[in-house]
Amino acid sequence: MQDKNFIKPYGDTLNDGKIQISFTLPLDAGAKAQAAASQIMEKLGLEDIVIAQEQSLSPGFTFYVAYGSFKAAIDLDTIVVLENEQKALTIEETDELIKRELGRKLTVIGASTGTDAHTVGIDAIMNRKGFNGRFGLERYDMLITHNLGSQVLNETLLQKAVQENADVILVSQTVTQKDIHIHNLTELIEMAEAEGLRDKMVFICGGARITHELAKELGYDAGFGSGKYADDVATFMVKELIRRKESNF
Amino acid sequence: MIDQIKLDENLVAQAKAHGASIASDVLAFVQGHTTVAVERTICRLLGIDGVNQVYAPYANVLVEHLKEWGLLSIGAAYFIAAAHLETKMSPQEIAEAVDQGQLQLGSFALPPGVTASDVLAPYINQSLKKIAEQRAKREEKIAAEPKKDRPLIYCIVATGNIYEDITQSVAAARQGADIIAVIRTTGQSLLDYVPYGATTEGFGGTYATQENFRLMRQALDQVGEELGRYIRLTNYCSGLCMPEIAAMGALERLDMMLNDALYGILFRDINMQRTLIDQHFSRQINAVAGIIINTGEDNYLTTADAVEEAHTVIASQILNEQLALAAGLPSEQMGLGHAFEIDPNVQGGFVLELAHALLSRSLFPQAPLKYMPPTKFMTGNIFKGQSQNTMFNIASYLTGQNIHLLGMLTEAIHTPFMSDRALSIENALMVFTSMAGLAEELEIKSGGKIEKRAQLVLEKALELLEEIDQNKLFHALEKGVFADISRSSQGGKGLDGVAKKDERYENPFSQIWS
Ligand code: B12
Repeated sequence: MQDKNFIKPYGDTLNDGKIQISFTLPLDAGAKAQAAASQIMEKLGLEDIVIAQEQSLSPGFTFYVAYGSFKAAIDLDTIVVLENEQKALTIEETDELIKRELGRKLTVIGASTGTDAHTVGIDAIMNRKGFNGRFGLERYDMLITHNLGSQVLNETLLQKAVQENADVILVSQTVTQKDIHIHNLTELIEMAEAEGLRDKMVFICGGARITHELAKELGYDAGFGSGKYADDVATFMVKELIRRKESNF
Repeated sequence: MIDQIKLDENLVAQAKAHGASIASDVLAFVQGHTTVAVERTICRLLGIDGVNQVYAPYANVLVEHLKEWGLLSIGAAYFIAAAHLETKMSPQEIAEAVDQGQLQLGSFALPPGVTASDVLAPYINQSLKKIAEQRAKREEKIAAEPKKDRPLIYCIVATGNIYEDITQSVAAARQGADIIAVIRTTGQSLLDYVPYGATTEGFGGTYATQENFRLMRQALDQVGEELGRYIRLTNYCSGLCMPEIAAMGALERLDMMLNDALYGILFRDINMQRTLIDQHFSRQINAVAGIIINTGEDNYLTTADAVEEAHTVIASQILNEQLALAAGLPSEQMGLGHAFEIDPNVQGGFVLELAHALLSRSLFPQAPLKYMPPTKFMTGNIFKGQSQNTMFNIASYLTGQNIHLLGMLTEAIHTPFMSDRALSIENALMVFTSMAGLAEELEIKSGGKIEKRAQLVLEKALELLEEIDQNKLFHALEKGVFADISRSSQGGKGLDGVAKKDERYENPFSQIWS
């Protein structure tokens, strides 16, 4: 038995390391392609490789389902994660905190930006009715919210933010093909920096493929992916604004 | 099974009458107006093609010129005819000369009693002939292939690169796909021009260009030939270039076109006046080209609840049917949309899905209905996703749907990989093969849950259609009756491309097809 903090995948026996993988090779099915498939598994650090299924998809393309055991183990103690795991406050607690610590209503501007037409995510965060039974930001007494909808240009978003004297900017990005979201999110931050707005507002992004880590990397204050709701976002932004206020003293 | 769902005929008739009344109101508005997209389409149908040095399509150059000089309301056909009569230049030469600043179209006028249709007859007939030939070719190929007693398998490709799309499509055809839809890149619906040439850079889809259409058509004909089947090709004539893309599809023998103004209004914030005018002309083109339109009702259920809002899908289908009829598009070409989007955790959800699917089936017996798979409740659990899709395949087979858009197990993650598509096709073919003959053995219980649910949804659809009829469509859309989304008739994109027709106005193609 290994140390508790060394982790391997689990099939049916602790530390068996079992992993299941599927992929397509641009090759005709056959012994050579199978051998290539096995080698790919080996290079991934697997042993006891089983090519469970080899299926031709079309001349020149073959699909594999394969199993193997992961040789290495992961030392949990060496892992540092950039997480945003604060416990969400209730609406009342948040409103109360804003009143007490900031003493004024906060303005939040949100949009799904660039060419992205997906609104369900930003609406889930902002609309009164929220999502999965978690109410949206519009329900907070101490928040003034503006949801600009989808396909909003970064430029328009920033203009509106200046006009409304926004405290927080919320950006939603759903389409990620060819990293279009990265380009778009980066552009917004660069524009905000150029206009001297970056430090005046809290920048938060979200979407199914957005992680907190990615958001930080792109220069945002936080990122929220699936399973995150308005209360998580509200808690973060209020605490961040309080932190900024205090560090200014 | 299909015949056995009983609907109150009286309600059906009332609902359709309201639909017809709403549509005739829209038509009255549409007939008094034109748009930049309609005029560009006329240019294209008169043979104007290609782009200038800065990649602006000549059709845009000419129509922008008219707009600049305040001549849009008289229309492109009138001025092209007038210029042609005087200079003997072809429409293409005229457009190029306008681009070079050598012609000012406002300086030409048609003599009294002379129509653009007469002057331009040779150009008009050339396009009509090409469209008719493409239609005949399709009909011939379909007549020659074995008939299928099951839904047609519709797969999407969305790599962003037309050549990669071809590889994926050809593979899908070999695996059993009957229809290939090339999804458009994000953002194209808001472009007020159609890009030119073969393209390799798109996001979440590939640019719709005439050259891309041609390349894909060629590849599918080739693999179809080899397989002894006709592989149908689909694209999107929606957004700000709706009728232009319809014309390109007609010329390049696409077989289906997504074509739904309501989708653009609700999901892309395109101005409703603009897109309803565009839609009418595009449906006339689709009608004459024998292209099956696909409407986008399924999308409503991605933002609104599939159980509570089921009636909005039905109401919209009826509306779309009536708008299509008004454009001369027969029922056999109406791929009205609906979807299998009920939360899989709803108790008895599958029963409701069957009721909804049978309701659509029974309301539009001639229409090749387009049935969409689960998308909203697909998650990163691809294994569960595959099961959800199996249930969808069963529902589609049992209720006699026609155009079966395959669900992908990776729906919540990325646009489909080749293997995703193959696994989905395998799943659907397994269901269709294994269940063959079952539908005929089953009857829907008279007065049972399914019939009652269908009746209820129909009643609610009727109420909604009554409301829309009273308020008129524009106001109803402002009130947010569909998909929980509201739009203003003066807002959205493209309104500045709308013009009221002058009395000299002529659309030679619309005249022939009306
Ligand atoms: C609904 C939907 C649509 C609807 C959108 C309707 C609307 N008004 O939003 C319609 C039909 C219009 C649509 C269109 C398209 N779609 Co779509 N769509 C979906 C679908 C089915 C569900 C997305 C959704 O609503 N999820 C529910 C919400 C609540 O989840 P969420 O967005 O992740 O939001 C949560 C968190 O991420 C977070 N969050 C989200 N945003 C934000 C913002 C902030 C500030 C914060 C704090 C948090 C946060 O909070 C939310 C609650 O937890 C997905 C597939 C799927 N099942 O995921 C495809 C999907 C997203 N679509 C996709 C694509 C490609 C498109 C199109 C580009 C296709 C095309 N070429 O035309 C077009 C969009 C065109 C455009 N210009 O953008 C792809 C994206 C692939 C990729 N990774 O790039 C997907 C994954 C489908 C697929 N497999 O191809 N789509």
